[in-house]
Amino acid sequence: MIFEHFPILIPISLLLGAMVSAPVGIWKRKLTYPIALLASSVALFFSAIGLVYVLNTGTHHYYLGNWIPPIGIEYVVDSLSAFVVLIVNGIGFFVMIYSHKSLEREMPGKEVPFHTVALLFLAGLSGMVVTGDLFNLYVFLEISSLSAYALVSVGQKRAPVAAFRYLMLGTIGASFYLLGIGFLYLDTGSLNMLDNAKIIPLLSEKGLVLVSLTLIIVGIGLKMAMFPLHLWLPDAYTYAPSVGSAYLAPIATKVSAYVMIRILFAVFNPEFVSKYYNFTDVIAWLSAVGILWGSIMAIAQNDYKRMLAYSSISQIGYIGLGIGLANPLGFIGAVLHILNHALMKATLFLVNGNIFYRFGTTSIPMFDEKLRKKLPYTTAAFTIAALSMIGIPPTAGFFSKWYLVLASVDKNNWIFVIVIGLSSLLNLIYFFRIIEKLYITKKSDITTNEDVRMNEVPISMLVPTLWFSILVIVLGIFNAYIVDYILKLAIPSGMI
Amino acid sequence: MNSYYSLIPFYAVIVSLVGAILILISSRKPNLREFWTIGAAIIKFVLVLSLIPEFLKGNLAQCDILSIASGISLAFRVDGLGLFFATVASGLWIVTSFYSIGYMRGLSEKKQTRYFASFAVALSATMGVAFAANLVTFVLFYEILTISTYPLVIHKETPEAISAGRKYLAYTLSAGVILIIAIGWIYILTGNVEFHVNGILKTANISSTQLTTLFILLIIGTGVKAAIIPLHSWLPSAMVAPTPVSALLHAVAVVKAGVFGVLRVVVYVLGFDLLQTSGLWKILAGFSATTIIIASLIAFTQDNLKRRLAYSTIAHLSYIVLGVALLNQTAFLGGILHLAAHATLKITLFFVAGAIYVKTHIENISEMDGIGYQMPITMGAFTIGALGLAGIPPLNGFVSKFMLINGTINSGSWMFIIIFLISGLLNAGYFFPIIYRAFFIRSGKFCTIKEASLYMLVPIMVTAGLSLLFGLFPDIFFNLYHIAQITSSEVVNKIVVNINQVLSIGL
Repeated sequence: MIFEHFPILIPISLLLGAMVSAPVGIWKRKLTYPIALLASSVALFFSAIGLVYVLNTGTHHYYLGNWIPPIGIEYVVDSLSAFVVLIVNGIGFFVMIYSHKSLEREMPGKEVPFHTVALLFLAGLSGMVVTGDLFNLYVFLEISSLSAYALVSVGQKRAPVAAFRYLMLGTIGASFYLLGIGFLYLDTGSLNMLDNAKIIPLLSEKGLVLVSLTLIIVGIGLKMAMFPLHLWLPDAYTYAPSVGSAYLAPIATKVSAYVMIRILFAVFNPEFVSKYYNFTDVIAWLSAVGILWGSIMAIAQNDYKRMLAYSSISQIGYIGLGIGLANPLGFIGAVLHILNHALMKATLFLVNGNIFYRFGTTSIPMFDEKLRKKLPYTTAAFTIAALSMIGIPPTAGFFSKWYLVLASVDKNNWIFVIVIGLSSLLNLIYFFRIIEKLYITKKSDITTNEDVRMNEVPISMLVPTLWFSILVIVLGIFNAYIVDYILKLAIPSGMI
Repeated sequence: MNSYYSLIPFYAVIVSLVGAILILISSRKPNLREFWTIGAAIIKFVLVLSLIPEFLKGNLAQCDILSIASGISLAFRVDGLGLFFATVASGLWIVTSFYSIGYMRGLSEKKQTRYFASFAVALSATMGVAFAANLVTFVLFYEILTISTYPLVIHKETPEAISAGRKYLAYTLSAGVILIIAIGWIYILTGNVEFHVNGILKTANISSTQLTTLFILLIIGTGVKAAIIPLHSWLPSAMVAPTPVSALLHAVAVVKAGVFGVLRVVVYVLGFDLLQTSGLWKILAGFSATTIIIASLIAFTQDNLKRRLAYSTIAHLSYIVLGVALLNQTAFLGGILHLAAHATLKITLFFVAGAIYVKTHIENISEMDGIGYQMPITMGAFTIGALGLAGIPPLNGFVSKFMLINGTINSGSWMFIIIFLISGLLNAGYFFPIIYRAFFIRSGKFCTIKEASLYMLVPIMVTAGLSLLFGLFPDIFFNLYHIAQITSSEVVNKIVVNINQVLSIGL
């Protein structure tokens, strides 16, 4: 059955799409978009198959070229990686649909390279998720990172500077990671994750492994924009083109968070990282600071997109906090938040694209009732996502916070509980500031006889926006099924 | 009490949510839009009423809709307290719907679609709060209630309204966060969030520090909407909302959801026994008694009619809280009855305030001299409402207050009896000057004013009439008294108090 090969088919279809779309696009530019869309939909299809397959038959080990690990490269798809790769390709596919019209407006003539780079980006992220090999992960990490720099750099005037900064810090992160697995390889002689997981407990001298783990955490932390390693993020998200940030924000940092989970709890084990050596506590406390810091900075921003960027830092903090708590509820909260935050941020960044498409600016002081009258559906999508960010039930955002609160209470850490509660209120401030502007008539508006008829963005942009916002509610209501049938299977062994 | 499976509570919740969608769709056809409001209100009321006969037979309707969070389901269960609250809220929604139409059209307000849609969602949330079988379902609808009433508070879109809206959100959502944290804690401690007549925490092994902290968190979480001083200040500010909103939401649905939340927490989460043994009831009783006196005193200083009513509301909400805090069956019964009595009385007063505003654009009491001559029915209804709140027979405010005082006597806390008595006098003190101005000071300035339209006048008469009827015959409609009685006896596990017996002793 071809379906058994899904672990490799997901990244391959995207890579193949990228390779085909570039030359074909040079020949006939119009063909790029359909090819990219086809590749992305195939990847989405196999991701969906993968999740069904894994849920039915359990963890799937796939040996590339039938070389038995640790000699060959192994792809491991368990319920966690199947879940995350489905998020990556689900978001990727709908942003891809969206990107067509937005690119036409923001950078006409650059569709061919942009779609190609976007496919490479998705391929890199998918590969990072499905691989079971530490070095292979590095390769995919670089594929996704390099294409991410490209996605940022084609944006506004200041984008190249932001992209360069991102490149510098991203490369440092990748180098740290590479150094880390180098040390690990020195000590264990293996690059296979499962193999390492078996060898590490047997080592009598842990020094080298500890160095390697520290390096890896710093490296991945940089990629994940974990506080205080987030400095590249605000500029990169702000100056990237609308679609660029719509690709980056929902999934790029989340996949790094996934890698963090894998390394900490699968390559190493929960006991090792939380009991014998306190790596997770450091992560949790840094994340807690990041949650508040991101939210406070978001309040101070005057540009919608930049506000979202800071809010991302805060939201990544939630994921980091869940990881750092290192208990099953925290794990569930973190992974569920990977999904929820992907959906919320996808909605919010697509809304950003819609506003930019119609008005050419996303400065918050300029938001007013006319914007809502012109873009009523976009505004509705924004409102739903904003409520979810604040954590109003039954939207998705509430439930990841719920599990995180439970996890913090379970750990008896009341400061984290307070941080989560406080951050909800900070979210309230920076989102209701906008909601007020959008829904309340200003006196000055009544007098001007401007045309305020509905003038929504094209359907191919509107549908993905609305789709994500509907998912925010639907997956919020049905979150228990995701938790019970997918995430609970993925709880790392040894986690109490 | 047995239970049986029924989706009716779910339908009762969902019907106005569907109504809200229909209202949004028909935004360009005002008549159709109002038809949906009225239709949803009537269907909702009928659905709620249809639950009563089975309840009286001792069967509780319940249903699990889906699993809302891992290990917790979105579940509804119709017990006496919830049924009582739901009947009051959904019944008064019908009246308020008619009144709203008259009010909004009378003032040709803008954004009426948003108004009616938010109202419908708020009512859905209220039903959800009433029928919630566990804390998570409860808090879910509690938060929806907060969000759906925000557009109503800011409806006028003046700077004043906007800042009132901010204040409202800041208070209620902070409370929501605290409540959620408390619920999470309970879940971790006990693994259970289902409401139970003996409380959830009774069997749990928790220290007294934990219990006290949990109690405080829960009371802050629900007490903001119940406007217990010092958590009350959003309510007077929220009076900038259109009057029907103040009437139904800030006298019935939202604040009563808060009080209902306090009752749920005190009785069905902590349990009477636990509160008794730990002595925590004193904190609650102390705060509510203070609230009664302070709010009544502040009411004297308010010249704006709606703000005076708001402070009066704060005081009366604490009657109910005090009723439950005394941990005594009769007082608890009085509290439940006061939930309905205050609803019909206060809604009448707000309706009157709205009718005056629509006809004259006057909000201040000092300008209302002689208005009773031009609007005799309206001001007559106001008099009924004011007398009822002062606890004068034969209005329903008397019955509930009588029960409250009776219960206080039973528990032997003389201080609280004095509080109730003083508060009755204060009520008279801040309401009677209004009646005096309206009927006994003549002034020529209202000679062109007539009674408000029938859309508004009929609801006023209906609610005033209901106050009178429930005062004379507490069990006349829907067996409301009986439901309250069953509920209170179930909680305390003592003999059912016979209404006639009590009244005969009292009279």
